[in-house]
Amino acid sequence: MPYRENLGDVLLNVEDLRVIYKTDLETVAAVNGVSFTIKRGKTLGLVGETGAGKTTTALSIMRLLPSTTGRILGGKAEFNGRDIMKFDDLMLRAIRGNSIAMVFQDPMTSLNPVMTVGDQIAETIETHNEKISKNEVKKRVGDILTLVGIMPQRMSEYPHQFSGGMKQRVVIAIALACEPELLIADEPTTALDVTIQAQVLNVIKELRERLGTSMLMITHDLGIVARICDDVAVMYAGEIIESGPVEDIFSPKAHHPYTAGLFDSVPDLRSDAKRLKPIPGLMPDPTNLPPGCVFAPRCSRAMDICAREHPKKTVSGAHSLACHLFGGTGA
Amino acid sequence: MYRYVVKRLLFLIPTILGVTFIIYLVMNITPGDPARALLGVSAPQADVDALNHELGYDRPFLEKYVNYVTKMFFEQDFGKSYFTKQSVFDEIWPRYIVTIKLALIGIVLSALIGIPPGILTAVKQYSLWDTIPSITAFFIAAIPAFVFGMLMLFFFSLRLNWLPSYGATSFAHYVMPTLTISIPPAAQIMRFTKSSMLEAIRQDYVRTARAKGAPERVVIWKHALMNALLPVITQIGLSLGVLICGAVVAEKLFSIPGIGSLIIDRILYKDEPIIIAGTILISICFTVVMLLVDLAYAFIDPRIKAKYTTGGGRE
Repeated sequence: MPYRENLGDVLLNVEDLRVIYKTDLETVAAVNGVSFTIKRGKTLGLVGETGAGKTTTALSIMRLLPSTTGRILGGKAEFNGRDIMKFDDLMLRAIRGNSIAMVFQDPMTSLNPVMTVGDQIAETIETHNEKISKNEVKKRVGDILTLVGIMPQRMSEYPHQFSGGMKQRVVIAIALACEPELLIADEPTTALDVTIQAQVLNVIKELRERLGTSMLMITHDLGIVARICDDVAVMYAGEIIESGPVEDIFSPKAHHPYTAGLFDSVPDLRSDAKRLKPIPGLMPDPTNLPPGCVFAPRCSRAMDICAREHPKKTVSGAHSLACHLFGGTGA
Repeated sequence: MYRYVVKRLLFLIPTILGVTFIIYLVMNITPGDPARALLGVSAPQADVDALNHELGYDRPFLEKYVNYVTKMFFEQDFGKSYFTKQSVFDEIWPRYIVTIKLALIGIVLSALIGIPPGILTAVKQYSLWDTIPSITAFFIAAIPAFVFGMLMLFFFSLRLNWLPSYGATSFAHYVMPTLTISIPPAAQIMRFTKSSMLEAIRQDYVRTARAKGAPERVVIWKHALMNALLPVITQIGLSLGVLICGAVVAEKLFSIPGIGSLIIDRILYKDEPIIIAGTILISICFTVVMLLVDLAYAFIDPRIKAKYTTGGGRE
């Protein structure tokens, strides 16, 4: 396989990715210069509230943005050293589902209602293995279903015969059918209820360990980040405002006020706080972003400079953040 | 599934009863009578009354209705035409076959003409491949069927002499009539296919299919189209009604001995037995096609199939 040559530690290197959604009425700046790397076998958590551009980032890596509105303005996404943004359709199809696979947010709508789940899993395998026999495909479908905890006999059933959590397992099975190097999981548990969430997370975690897959875990749930991720990138209004190893993000040292706000708005059993502290206000209008720091209008520690100047990245070790408060300390 | 089909076929009985009742009612409240139509305006009223009595037309409405229905169901007797005194069934059946042929070929044609550009315009939305066929379909949908019929007659029969202009004895005779009646519903079906496909293309499972690396051909034909077909099939079934009405136009235009033109002719003579038998046959055809539509639904969508086989459904 041409994409599996060893290029050191880094599997995916995204640099200065910029994406807009353009309609006749307006232009939405969805992703504004996002950079991150995912190391082989590691999991990066992409955290942020709804509308921060997490899903757009993921879809851009797969080049699956809606073709009528989504546009990638610039940036790189080097997968094994080759820039996906420069791929043609044939090359894209060769990596989609094969080297990079995606688990979508809503299992209720992500499966084709008129195809059996077995056929839907088989499709991935058949697409990427042309000379495979029907029996071989069937055996592999059975194996992958067993792997995600579904009885292989159920492969001839249709999605409507499965519960939500089971459907998400099928979606995961489709994604893992070709043992991809990178799995992008876009809020895989958001649409599920809490008990099922834990099950699905365990399935993902187990499979990652068994198959050695790298992962981009998109979530707004800091609990999931703590359980699954090695590195974290916090996204706000289309920018990564803080990133680093999970230990750094969860340690009580200096943080971007938005990250701090995120942690304050999560219940913690060990703290004595009587109330949660939500971050006041809403995300800025992505059709009209503020000129300075994008978080400044909601920030309790905003200074004069925040409204004027876009903050630069401050790096200390593997931990980096973009905030004027910490401008003096790092680079 | 089998039980469902039987159940649906049994529904034909109340349908037929309802249809005959409405027709009888309408015939009864409209002015005119068959004897007057047969004997002419100048015939003396006494003769007219006598003939009406002989035909059995002057009996009370309900009595006529019940008589007709019992005879039809228990003796398979559709009565005799007031006008020709012939057995209604013998007169109607060959014409019925012609019209059904016309309508069914028309329906297949309209699907074949309508669905492909519907898919094309949805897949290539906002490009010239979308605007040109869409605007064309918009215009065609606004033009009545007989205009196409006359244009075709003019070019293919009169000018080029390629196709026969009247009758229904060979395949060539069917070409222009079926095209005439299938073009307007084809435009409808195309617009339906387009909107249905546009919706399907935006579904999450289509994105899932792309994320698998499936080629665009598979994504469109297998994933999007199979889901988009459901409303289109309903539309095709419903357009059978339009087609049978359209068949009358084609029958008149191309002098085809079909059931539609027969019914229209006999309405003027208040030839009740013919009108009712014809309407019943048409409604049977329509009901059977709607049943086929529902079966096609179950064939395509396993969720609907599940509902039928469990005999009711829980939703």
